[in-house]
Amino acid sequence: MKRKSNIIILTFIAAALFMSGCGYDKERYPGGVVKVYNWGEYIDEDVIAQFEEETGIHVIYDTYETNEEMFPIIEAGGVSYDALCPSDYMIEKMISKGMLTELNFDNIPNAQYIRADILQGSKAFDPENSYSVPYTFGTLGILYNTSVIGREINSWTDLWDESFKGEILMYNSVRDLFVAPLRILDYSINTTDEAQLREANQMLKEQKSLLQKYVMDQVKDAMISGSASIAMCYSGEVLTLQEENPNLKYVVPEEGSNYFIDSWVIPAGAENKENAEAWINFLNKPEIAYQNFEYITYATPNTGAIDLMDEETLNNPAVAPGPDILKRCEVFHYLGESGEKKYHQMWLELRSYDAGR
Amino acid sequence: MSKKALAGPYLVWMIGFTLIPLALVFYYGLTDASGAFTLENILAITSEERIGALWRSLKLSLFSTAACLLLAYPLAMILKGMSVSKNSFVVFVFILPMWMNFLLRTMAWQTLLDKNGVINSILGFFGLPGQNLINTQGAIVFGMVYNFLPFMVLPIYNALTKIGNDTIEAARDLGAGSLKTFTRIILPLSLPGIISGITMVFVPSLTTFVISDLLGGGMVLLIGNVIEQEFTFASNWNLGSGMSLVLMVFILISMAAFARYDKDGEGAAF
Repeated sequence: MKRKSNIIILTFIAAALFMSGCGYDKERYPGGVVKVYNWGEYIDEDVIAQFEEETGIHVIYDTYETNEEMFPIIEAGGVSYDALCPSDYMIEKMISKGMLTELNFDNIPNAQYIRADILQGSKAFDPENSYSVPYTFGTLGILYNTSVIGREINSWTDLWDESFKGEILMYNSVRDLFVAPLRILDYSINTTDEAQLREANQMLKEQKSLLQKYVMDQVKDAMISGSASIAMCYSGEVLTLQEENPNLKYVVPEEGSNYFIDSWVIPAGAENKENAEAWINFLNKPEIAYQNFEYITYATPNTGAIDLMDEETLNNPAVAPGPDILKRCEVFHYLGESGEKKYHQMWLELRSYDAGR
Repeated sequence: MSKKALAGPYLVWMIGFTLIPLALVFYYGLTDASGAFTLENILAITSEERIGALWRSLKLSLFSTAACLLLAYPLAMILKGMSVSKNSFVVFVFILPMWMNFLLRTMAWQTLLDKNGVINSILGFFGLPGQNLINTQGAIVFGMVYNFLPFMVLPIYNALTKIGNDTIEAARDLGAGSLKTFTRIILPLSLPGIISGITMVFVPSLTTFVISDLLGGGMVLLIGNVIEQEFTFASNWNLGSGMSLVLMVFILISMAAFARYDKDGEGAAF
């Protein structure tokens, strides 16, 4: 009998724990809540606490690793988030599907700090600048270790150099991966032409045996430790990496590249739209934007934050790419379902291509 | 409170975390993006790349299962021969790594096998040339064996301990030599353990995508990676579910084949 009652008590405790996880009652968070869905490691977590303290709004914070992972979750609508931070082409896709809502800029006065040329660039995916507030931006380039690579690197073709066999890392994500061969062939990085993609994919297949591996975040560890010496890399990682290993140098290849803008948006039907706008506004306070910049080290479009930076940081091309670099870079566009499918098929072929491992 | 009511939580568990998710996989696998019925997601397995990945997965998981069996059986025999106090210590040592997260252990192997990793540093110290260990099919099989070996050892050990010494002595009394005792008595009696060990190693090896990602560096595509790719990169849950259904068929076939040898579930590990 004793044992039985113990089991019952345990069951009740488990049930109580389970239920306390569901539902956010108004009494507990009188200031309301805001459900934020952001990239992993894409904010200084102290900022969340500061926001909660200042506004009294409770933040429910989740993260994702890729735009593609985030998209179906928003589309399925099982979880309703109030603020998201997708990249350019994904914002374009979400706008085209009517999944976003226009922002009320009266609630986001700090949007005035956003760099004008970045807003101009944003028009590629958000023509009226009405759905998004840029959060970070940067370029795709080549990172290399000057102590191993004995020459100046300035072209994507250097990633096909046989003397670097086993030292090369490429991104494990299809659109980024294709930038290199498409730019070498002088095709647009947004092409959906089957023949052009085949040609690019053939180059990538030939390159596969030269690679050490396809990576995402591990590019950092590999480049710091020196287990790889030349890698495709987004500029945002560079500052942190250079602090750990001063031999690392970053370059945007002369053929041109991708430049991305990650922006805050609010999904259509968000339950706490005003809170989400307060969140976006808070992130654009100069000192908060600077605090986040220091943590994530991706270039910030916030002029208030830029004013707080020192000379050395401002002169680093990875942190603040000038107009000359941005001029030869293109933003990714949403390619439509058929376009995405083509890239996807190419990637599947590339990944299953046997490079003798 | 009746006994049936006590089963309630388990029922909720099974429905909520097994049956409903499974039904969702079936639903997504058999419909297209608009929700209409289609077999396209299942038939997609016939594309050259996907069927290639499936064969590669089958091949690698067969290798790893065979390697696990070859390593585990002698170990289980040794454990059976030891006194209880000694062998429980060995079993403990064997299970100890499982207290640590499987991902972390696999990442540790990444560091060990890396080009500038521990193993190559040791080789370099003795003036030996560095080996290209990681990002190969071999590294993936190694990772599978390392991670799943305990699942082979325990059921076999369990089955072996159930064989009474009197049975073995009887065989000896009737004139059987060591070899004959092994092939005619011990091996057949431990078969349920072997079968359940094979299932417990083969199935996770077949479906893994983490090991091939971490130790294969994205250079070797397994069927698990194909499915993962559909979910995380292509946002195509329908196709991913369709592929999962195909994989499920393979798993069910292998389990059905093995189940014939293990009617009483004697080899169950835990």
